Amino acid sequence: MIKVEWLYWLVGAMFVAMAAQMAVDRGNPRRYGSAAFWGLLGASFVYGTWVADKSAPAAPLGVAVLLMICLAGFGFTGRGASTAAAPERRVASAGRLGSRLFIPALALPLVALACGTLLKGVHLGTGGPLLLQTGSETLLGLGIGTIVALGIGLLLTRERNPAVALRSGRGLLEAMGWALLLPQLLAVLGSIFQSAGVGTQVGKITTHFLPDGSTYAAVAVYCLGMALFTIIMGNAFAAFPVMTAAIGWPILITQLHGNPAVVLAVGMLAGFCGTLVTPMAANFNLVPAALLELKDQYGPIKAQVPTAGALLVCNIVIMSLFAF
Amino acid sequence: MIVLLGILVVVAGFATRRNPLLVVGVAGVLTGLLGGMSPLKVLEAFGTGFASSRSVTVFAVALPVIGLLERHGLQEQARTLMNRLARASAGRVLAVYLVFRQLSAAFGLTGLGGPAQAVRPMVVPMAEAAAERRHGTLTDRARERLRSFAASADNVGLFFGEDCFLAVGSILLITGFVNATYHADLEPVQLALWAIPTAVCATLIHGARLLRLDHTLARDLSAPAGRATAAVRIEEPSK
Repeated sequence: MIKVEWLYWLVGAMFVAMAAQMAVDRGNPRRYGSAAFWGLLGASFVYGTWVADKSAPAAPLGVAVLLMICLAGFGFTGRGASTAAAPERRVASAGRLGSRLFIPALALPLVALACGTLLKGVHLGTGGPLLLQTGSETLLGLGIGTIVALGIGLLLTRERNPAVALRSGRGLLEAMGWALLLPQLLAVLGSIFQSAGVGTQVGKITTHFLPDGSTYAAVAVYCLGMALFTIIMGNAFAAFPVMTAAIGWPILITQLHGNPAVVLAVGMLAGFCGTLVTPMAANFNLVPAALLELKDQYGPIKAQVPTAGALLVCNIVIMSLFAF
Repeated sequence: MIVLLGILVVVAGFATRRNPLLVVGVAGVLTGLLGGMSPLKVLEAFGTGFASSRSVTVFAVALPVIGLLERHGLQEQARTLMNRLARASAGRVLAVYLVFRQLSAAFGLTGLGGPAQAVRPMVVPMAEAAAERRHGTLTDRARERLRSFAASADNVGLFFGEDCFLAVGSILLITGFVNATYHADLEPVQLALWAIPTAVCATLIHGARLLRLDHTLARDLSAPAGRATAAVRIEEPSK
């Protein structure tokens, strides 16, 4: 069976290999800090396997995470010299290869699609083990699709040296920088919030202020609260346990007998409206601005604000109409 | 009450534009300690939290492929192709991408799009080529607007598509959390079903705004039309 941990090892190995390239890149004024950050991230991806199955202590991984936070937070990481090919070379290459360049780009999602649908639940031989680990088929498809696409891409471009691909990918990685790790760290923060009892405390405050039995006020507070907490934390995943423990479950579902599926599904989507408008959601809002070389890093957010506002109203209406 | 200081740290940290990773680190350590965890327990919380959320960062695995293809002219080829397909307008390119992104995400294929995988190498060159064909050379302001809306089409499509899929992180987070905490027996399929009304609203609202982008671009770019034709001619030998 192909396990999702193998994919994490592949990602970890990729980070370590890119870190090794960074360490010898004299064009990067902070090459050792950058190499340490990405190398540590790669090692953490691999070590995480044994933390996840509880066969290794979690504390060393916690130390590594805090070290990465300090390396990036105190400015020890940086970018190397551009790895991009000269524009004339790219134009010449595009002229030579033409639309065949799209084959690898399309192969990646098509393989992922095949793994996520056709290969889901397929066994190796009758009664044999599953081909892909249950629940991770699409994730594994992304990994397998990447390998297939890389193979096709190397053949197509007649690039003998896979290190060239690694170097080009490192250019994109350096362009994103530490912001790449922020969403995962926000998920970690959410889990810490939950185990420290933040949700219970917020619930005490909101029950104090909410007028008894007013369904629509409670719906609005839950939806606006999801959006607001998401704006603050940058991640609806982190906001969800807090707001649901505070209002969603005790008031909307237990007290007002709302349909849990509607309340919780729409509540999460109300959080996503917050994600659209917050610079905290760096990977959705700031990373694309950097990737697209925008002068205004808040450009995507400005384009999203009207849609997010309208959809938040839609969510409040949908929850009020269908949950009660 | 005192555990809420962690939330305050997040608000204050981001409001004063501290480094986000530092803010998250400090808020996590503080919340853990105030919540009664020992320093060792806090470290363990960071460790287990990181190990179980690695899937969030897995998208980075596609970067070498994209980098390789870009090195060999993927963006340039997309522009050339779009120059040939003259009919689509920039707004229509983005609206079609929005629907594509929503549908693929609703089938659980969130890896199909994304800023690094699709928006930068494909969608932006296509939309810019379409806009240049129609309006002439783009001003910096128009280019910024177009690229911002391209990023927004990707986000709106993803957020309000993926929740219609059963096995996506947010859905599994909902069922996992309430079933464990409140001993409920929610099925992912019920949640995915109730994500559809909002998804439809998202398509209509954001799709309409993307289509309206063509009018905004036409208004912004109507003045320097003369210079624009000359610039288009200069680009032609590159085909």
